[in-house]
Amino acid sequence: MSIKKYLKTIYMGGISLIVTAYMISGCTSQKTKIGGGDAASEVYVAPGKHDEFYSFMSGGWSGNVSVYGIPSGRHLYTIPVFSQTPTNGYGYTEETKALLNTSFGMVPWGDTHHVQPSKTNGEYDGRWVFVNDRNTPRIARIDLKTFRTDEIIEIPNTGGQHASAFCSSNTEYISANTEYSIPLPKPLGSGVDVPISSYKKNFHGTISLIKVDQNTGEMNIGFQIEVPPFDYDLGRFGLGVSKDWVFYTCYNSEEAHTLLEVNASQKDKDFVLAVNWKKAEQAAADGKGQIVSVNVDHNLRDPETGVAKTEVIKQVRVLKPSDLTGAIYYMPAPKSPHGINVSPDGEYIAEGGKLSTVVPVESFTKMQQAIQNNDTTGSLEGIPILKYESILAYEVKNAGLGPLHVEYDDQGHAYNSDFISSEIVKWDLKTGKVLDRHPAYYSTGHLTVAGGDTRHPYGKYLIALNKITKDRYLPTGPEMFAGEQLFDISGDKMKLILDFPVEGEPHNAAELPASLIDTGQVKYFKLSDNRNPYVTRTEHDTKVVRDGKRVDVYMTAIRSHFTPDNIEGIKVGDTVYLHVTNIEQEWDIPHGFAMKGNLNSGMLIMPGETRSTIWKPQNPGVYPFYCTDFCSALHQEMQGYVRVSPANSDVKLAYGTNKDL
Amino acid sequence: MKLKNKILLVVASIILFAVFLFPLWKIHLDAPQYPEGLGVNIWIHNITALHPHNLETINDLNHYIGMKAIEPDSVPELKIMPYAIIFIAVFGFIVILFNNRILLTGWLVTFTGMAIAGITDFYLWLYDYGHNLNPNAAIKIPGMSFQPPVFGSRQLLNIHVTSFPGLGGILVVLSLLIGIYVLVNEIISSKKRKLQKG
Repeated sequence: MSIKKYLKTIYMGGISLIVTAYMISGCTSQKTKIGGGDAASEVYVAPGKHDEFYSFMSGGWSGNVSVYGIPSGRHLYTIPVFSQTPTNGYGYTEETKALLNTSFGMVPWGDTHHVQPSKTNGEYDGRWVFVNDRNTPRIARIDLKTFRTDEIIEIPNTGGQHASAFCSSNTEYISANTEYSIPLPKPLGSGVDVPISSYKKNFHGTISLIKVDQNTGEMNIGFQIEVPPFDYDLGRFGLGVSKDWVFYTCYNSEEAHTLLEVNASQKDKDFVLAVNWKKAEQAAADGKGQIVSVNVDHNLRDPETGVAKTEVIKQVRVLKPSDLTGAIYYMPAPKSPHGINVSPDGEYIAEGGKLSTVVPVESFTKMQQAIQNNDTTGSLEGIPILKYESILAYEVKNAGLGPLHVEYDDQGHAYNSDFISSEIVKWDLKTGKVLDRHPAYYSTGHLTVAGGDTRHPYGKYLIALNKITKDRYLPTGPEMFAGEQLFDISGDKMKLILDFPVEGEPHNAAELPASLIDTGQVKYFKLSDNRNPYVTRTEHDTKVVRDGKRVDVYMTAIRSHFTPDNIEGIKVGDTVYLHVTNIEQEWDIPHGFAMKGNLNSGMLIMPGETRSTIWKPQNPGVYPFYCTDFCSALHQEMQGYVRVSPANSDVKLAYGTNKDL
Repeated sequence: MKLKNKILLVVASIILFAVFLFPLWKIHLDAPQYPEGLGVNIWIHNITALHPHNLETINDLNHYIGMKAIEPDSVPELKIMPYAIIFIAVFGFIVILFNNRILLTGWLVTFTGMAIAGITDFYLWLYDYGHNLNPNAAIKIPGMSFQPPVFGSRQLLNIHVTSFPGLGGILVVLSLLIGIYVLVNEIISSKKRKLQKG
């Protein structure tokens, strides 16, 4: 042995001794590899300064969407979407209640999954954010000038709507999908009351393309496509060269209906469903398919009054694969794929094959060639299956275990999340060669690169949306917030720079540059533009009106009093509508309203706005009400009384402020 | 009058009309809660908000200490002042037309008198606004008045008030200074002429 080799052996031995000692010492306090020397200053946003990005995170079972600042990880706001929110009265007030209507009645909760910002030319434009409810199939549209949910549309013929709410390059369509196939009513299917075991025969999946009005953002169901009863899991519209196409992963090509964890994991390959939506749109416009009766709710805040209203959608056009010759294909994908993500130029389509050891990346060019050459291996219910080998660009080897999702940066790199091996893996988009990997804590689900699903990703930051939190923060009992991790991806090596806890369970997130959103914010509503039917613009106009057992109170709030603040003549058995208008015209001066014993939420009323709540007093007495938002130094004094008399009393209706009734 | 002085008087008269385009005076209110700024512009014929709805905000803040609400429609000066300024401007043209130094002197005296009256009135209005407080106000501080300054800054509780002339006000002063310069220049040159003759 040469001296050199001998020294090397000692050297290596020394290292392994140190490593062993390190491991034996059980370094629980230092198991995270913190990337940079100065991670703290990278995420530090000084007091009074703003973050570089907004991050919109779906809340999962919170039913709402939470907004964070990046890189600080500060929680900025929670947008009420599918869940009743007593915080401000969303879903409780007369103005917002109708937003939560469904064909089943008012569903007070949702399961938000995929946040998708609106796009222009394949880039975020800062107008709206769309998000789906997986449980009761619905899609919501959030306006980014107000951070409010303006519209919710229910999707017919759909169960377990997971592969939603993806957005096309110019926000022409939002795509919604069946995950849990269901039997469909006649004439589309053979009826809904069928044995579960007749799944293969009687169950169906649907793809829905929701048309978006370019000026108002208003959604309508463009058309649906009936597809085989697989579980359509995730999707993405193409970009650039592939922008006319939309891709969906599906598992359960076994068509199992019980113990899916085993029975839907038998085949070596499942599929990606590719649809040319432009051609499908043309087929629908040409009158192909059939119009079927449906009964779903479409809830929209009236742009004039701001009051939400429900309309029932009664008809929808449904196409079959046979109506879409040359526009619908299955592309084989390794076993039970999950995420699907299209590269910024639209050429590469990567799937997270969650039970596979590789990440398959398909080529759009090769796919088009295969279509031209009719390079297929058969068909399924009229949908041709393209040959896997013919469309494959490459498989990423060593991409980790349980790859779920892929996102892209602006430098030609792709990043995938791994649930099982709990890491982020970076690879070269052209070759699939792995360049870097970094552990994540723990079990990453989605990951997001800023702008990572657009034609021009912003890059710089990557966030791992982890599914398991455990010991990352101070413990809060058995239930904890989810833990997210922020990486700096501007260099060759990924640097972990921040852990931050977030509410609910974000399934996906989108980062928009602050400048795209912050300048257009509504600070308060113009009182002169308030068209709520129960608005009260001045204290002079306040009144209390009785109509049988209904009493309408037209009330104003301004620092620091309500008008009227004394009301008499209300009787047990009355239904009292309290319409409160905040007549302030100043930024960040909301007033709240709370009534003792009201079986309803309180409400928060923004300046210039009217909110109404229903109160049904049950017993005689004097009921105090007050402002719940600390509005001024005399906020405590912002209070009033309502006298409730027995049903048969003859107390006259009287009201006022600063006078004896 | 020399041609140059005539031209200067034309300028002095014309720029007076600028008060209809720019505020005479500005009052800025700085407080921690108003990073976006708060204030009013005082015009020859109106009082307006620095930012939308500032007037309502100021009135709302002031009701706690019992100050009267600022209601531009009920300030008589705002109805009179436009005529006063038009009168001065027209008077200026008459001076040029008649080319008379006594008239010029009369114009300057009137102008100065009106300017002093305007500032005094402004001071008295601010005095009344800051002292004549509603006895039932929620916040009462014995011995404290809330009179904003005519010119300069003053701390009034949490609010730092700064008053200063706007472009309109500056142009009025400039017009007056031009008038004085013309008069002085005319007197000096006529004395020179007399000396030369003598």
